[in-house]
Amino acid sequence: MGKKYETPLLDELKKGKWPSFVAEMERAAETSEMTGDLLGQVEQSYKEKMGHWKHGGMVGVKGYGSGIVGRFSDLPEKYPGVKEFHTVRINQPSGFFYKSDSLRKIVDIGEKHASSLFNFHGSTGDIQILGVKTSELETIFQQLVSFGFDLGGSGSALRTPSCCVGMARCEFANYDAMHICYNITQAFQDEMHRPIFNYKFKFKFSGCGNDCTASIARADMSIIGTWKDNIRIDQGMVKEYAKKMNLHKYVTSKCPTKCMNYSDTGLEIDDSNCSKCMHCINVMPKALRPGIKGGATILLGSKAPMVSGPRLSMVLVPFYDVAEDAKNGYQWFKDFVGKIWEFWDEYGVNRERIGELIQRVGIGNFLEAIGLEPLPEMVSSPRGNPFVLYEDYVEADEGQGESPQG
Amino acid sequence: MTDETKAQLEEAIVNLIREFVNRKRFKPGDVVKEMEVKFSASDVTKDDVKSAIRELTDSGRLIYGYAGGSFLSLPE
Repeated sequence: MGKKYETPLLDELKKGKWPSFVAEMERAAETSEMTGDLLGQVEQSYKEKMGHWKHGGMVGVKGYGSGIVGRFSDLPEKYPGVKEFHTVRINQPSGFFYKSDSLRKIVDIGEKHASSLFNFHGSTGDIQILGVKTSELETIFQQLVSFGFDLGGSGSALRTPSCCVGMARCEFANYDAMHICYNITQAFQDEMHRPIFNYKFKFKFSGCGNDCTASIARADMSIIGTWKDNIRIDQGMVKEYAKKMNLHKYVTSKCPTKCMNYSDTGLEIDDSNCSKCMHCINVMPKALRPGIKGGATILLGSKAPMVSGPRLSMVLVPFYDVAEDAKNGYQWFKDFVGKIWEFWDEYGVNRERIGELIQRVGIGNFLEAIGLEPLPEMVSSPRGNPFVLYEDYVEADEGQGESPQG
Repeated sequence: MTDETKAQLEEAIVNLIREFVNRKRFKPGDVVKEMEVKFSASDVTKDDVKSAIRELTDSGRLIYGYAGGSFLSLPE
């Protein structure tokens, strides 16, 4: 199949040393008429600086309200191949571990029933089959189910939970991110596939402060690994590193809380002031390791720039003993999430994320509703005010003409 | 919840969507709140309504749609 449209603007994106999505689309277009039309429409969008997709509609598979993202061209006469160009989201395995056989099966489906284009992985973590016609959706779904896959989340629902590779491949992991991610995904299937929320809700599990899932910026609830005890130090290896690099320049001076010092006697760390940022451990992984008493910090409220601007998550539970809760099927975590959803369901408005709701009603009201005591660690930003209104303090202060925050 | 109440609940949900077709898009959460009030005398819980919505969508009597948020609708 020859090139259907001239695409001078897209061709620019093939130049340079990096892989190009345009080159991959052209490869797919050799066997897919749909992808040929896609190139034409994208070129026109670049030329006019305007998108030509319509989004949403009544597209899905029977019984599910999630997992299919409806997409239609607003130029169907000109580009008939992309008149319907839906996305099928597939729930990825925890940590993105696949057998090559599974990948081949997914690719076979995409080549036979869709545009031959995939997204590994979408920003929520799902595998995405791009360019599916409405008539092919049920067939694709049934085939995916037949070899053990299921759809992911979309719409006003729990989005597919995702996690880093965790203890499967990373020595920094402070808890088993893959295990809790899998457990929570199975426990909340209804919330994921049958939209019942005001808007989307995302969990992301990162095993350490390196936050490989970027959960602090991209998940409504971020579960980020941390530890309670001291950083483990191998002084012999520290000396080896010192022979190869300037420890003051690359390690101790970069410590955000300045809690470490290197001298002839070795490396000293004031662990009570360590913020577990991971920098020193990343630079000297053979000399430093996270502590043994691992767990996670639970944060809440981040989101992308839509509606009311971007937000980072704020600390809600400074230390969550994941391993202990795992013995009970993560029941504490599930109950905790249930209280948050209950509050969101009761007081949230349409298209309001949980972080926006907390901002609107105030953290004090939110904490009271979910039964959590205010803590100094509940900061909105490093070194920021906790903006927690301590009621006892206010009551004691009333009538004296002074504000506790004044 | 008795089988009779369950049948009444499912019928009430479908009727609500039908009554407002082309006029209002009901989020599943809105339906839950409406039905909790309507069936308050019958001890129908939030989970009962969710379960009824699930059965209605599984059977194809209702479908989900999306327009800036998910909503329930009658099949086209």
